[in-house]
Amino acid sequence: MSHMPANRPPKIQLTDVHKAFGPKVVLDGIDLTVGRGESVVVIGGSGTGKSVMLKCVLGLLTPERGSILVDGKEVVGMRSRERTQVMQKFGMLFQGGALFDSLKVWENVAFGLIQGRKMPREQAHEIAVDKLSQVGLAPSAGDLWPSELSGGMQKRVSLARAIATNPEIIFFDEPTTGLDPIMADVINDLIVKCVKELGATALSITHDMASARKIADRIAMLYKGKLIWIGPADEIDRSGNPFVDQFIHGRAEGPIKMELRA
Amino acid sequence: MIDLLRAVGRLFIVFLSHVGRLSVFAATALSHAVRPPFYPRLILRATIEIGYYSLPVVGLTAIFSGMVLALQSYTGFARFSAEGAVATVVVLSMTRELGPVLAGLMVAGRIGASMAAEIGTMRVTEQIDALQTLSTDPFKYLIAPRLLAGLLMLPLLVLVADVIGVFGGYLVAVYKLGFNPATYISRTWEYLEALDVISGLTKAAVFGFLISLMGCYHGYHSKGGAQGVGAATTNSVVSAAILILIFNYVITALYFGK
Ligand SMILES: Nc1ncnc2c1ncn2[C@@H]1O[C@H](COP(=O)(O)OP(=O)(O)OP(=O)(O)O)[C@@H](O)[C@H]1O
Ligand SMILES: [Mg+2]
Repeated sequence: MSHMPANRPPKIQLTDVHKAFGPKVVLDGIDLTVGRGESVVVIGGSGTGKSVMLKCVLGLLTPERGSILVDGKEVVGMRSRERTQVMQKFGMLFQGGALFDSLKVWENVAFGLIQGRKMPREQAHEIAVDKLSQVGLAPSAGDLWPSELSGGMQKRVSLARAIATNPEIIFFDEPTTGLDPIMADVINDLIVKCVKELGATALSITHDMASARKIADRIAMLYKGKLIWIGPADEIDRSGNPFVDQFIHGRAEGPIKMELRA
Repeated sequence: MIDLLRAVGRLFIVFLSHVGRLSVFAATALSHAVRPPFYPRLILRATIEIGYYSLPVVGLTAIFSGMVLALQSYTGFARFSAEGAVATVVVLSMTRELGPVLAGLMVAGRIGASMAAEIGTMRVTEQIDALQTLSTDPFKYLIAPRLLAGLLMLPLLVLVADVIGVFGGYLVAVYKLGFNPATYISRTWEYLEALDVISGLTKAAVFGFLISLMGCYHGYHSKGGAQGVGAATTNSVVSAAILILIFNYVITALYFGK
C-alpha cells in the first residue's frame, strides 16, 4: 500500500444495470455504490432479483445494459482470463450452498486456497479447519462428504468456503436462512467480524431483518427491478417509504401486492 | 409449399446454430487444454474412469464380436469354399471397424452419460458458478481433463479390443470349427497391414474426443433441475452415437476412399 490515489474509487459501483430473461425484466436500472469496508444489505421480496444482481457483479450473468465497476474497473464483458484474476478478490456464499459434492468438506473450504492460490494441501487443511471452527463446526466434520451434513451445516460450510481466502469483497446470499436463531446470531457476528476486523467489503442479501440490522451499514430495498430505497441501517424505521415499512413489518396489507398468480 | 420451405429453412438454421455453438465450445475447451494451469490429478481420475473401468464392458463386447465374426464368415464362406479367409476377415473387421465402433458406442453409453449427469448436476446446483467465483475456470477444471482422457484412452481401449476380438475369433475357429492353430495365426498376420490398425486407432481417438465433448457440452448447458440433467444425459449418448457413425464413415472414406 505504498501508493494510494487521492480519489479512491468505490469498491463496487453499479450504474443503470438491466437484466431480463426473455420477456421477463428482472433488473430495471440498478444504481448502487458500495464503499471500501462498507457492509450493504439488500432486502426485497422473493423473486425480485436479488440473487441475479449478485450474479451480474460476479459475471455469472451478463446484464444487457449498464456498467459494473469493481475497484474502478469495468467487469461487464471482461475476458475470462482477466475475470479469473478479479475473482481472487471475491468470496461468495451461494443461496443453495453450491458445495462440490465430489470433494470432502475440508477440501471444499480449502478449494480457493489450493486451486486459486496454489497453497500446499497441508497448510490449506489447517486454515480450513480453523474456518470450520469459526462457523461452529468440529474438525471431524471436515472429513465428511457434503451430502452427510444437514442443510444448516452445509450453509455454514459454504460460508466458511466464502471467507477462507480472506477475500476483499464478500457476497452473502441469505447467510442465516435455515439456521437456528442462536447459530444465526453467531453467523451475524462472524460477518461483522469479517467486515470490521478484516476490512472486507460486504454485500449481503437477507430476509431476516434482525440480521440486516446487525450486519448492515446501509440497507437497500429492491422492488420491481429498482432499488426504491437506500439508507443507513438505523434509519430504516424512519424511511417514510410505505413499501419499506410494509416489508420490514411483514404485513400482508400494503402497497406491495404479492403476485400470487403471476 | 412455402410453409414447408420455411420450416426446413428454420430447422437448418437451428442446426447451424448448434454446430456453431458446439464448435466454439470445442475450440474453447481445446485452447484451455493446452494452456496452464493443468490439473494432473483430474486428468488421472478421468483417465482411470474412462480407460480402466471401461475395460470389462469393452472386452466383453470385443470377444463376442470376434467369436460371431468367425462363425458367420465361416458359414458364409463355406458356400464358395473360401473358409481359409476367416482369419483375415476377423482381423480386418475388428481392427478397421468393429473394434473402434463397438468400443465407441459402449463407452458413449457408459462415459458420455455419466459425464453429462455429473457436469449437469454441477450446473443446476450452481457448483459451476461456485467454481468460477473460486478463480477456477470450469473449462480447465472440468472439461479439458475429460477431453484429454477421452482422446488418449479410447485408442488404448480399442487396441485391447482388437487383441481380444481376434482372440475370440481364434477360439471359435480352433475349438469349434477345427482350424489348425498355427495356420490360423499365420493367416491372421498375413494380410494385416499397419494402416488397418492405424486407421482404427485414429477413429478411436476421434470417437473418444467426441464422446467426452458431447458429455461435457450437454452437461454444461443443461437447464432446470433433475429433468434437465436427464435430458442432457440422453442427448449426450444419442448425439455421441450418431456422430460416431458419421465420423466412422468420413474417416474410412479418407483412409480407404480411393
Ligand atoms: N437463469 C435464469 N433463467 C431464467 N430466469 C431466471 C434465472 N435466474 C433467475 N431468474 C428469474 O429472475 C427472478 C429473480 O430471481 P432471483 O433468484 O434473483 O430472486 P431473489 O430475489 O434472489 O429471490 P429469493 O429471495 O427467493 O432468493 C425470478 O423471477 C426468476 O424466475
Ligand atoms: Mg435469491
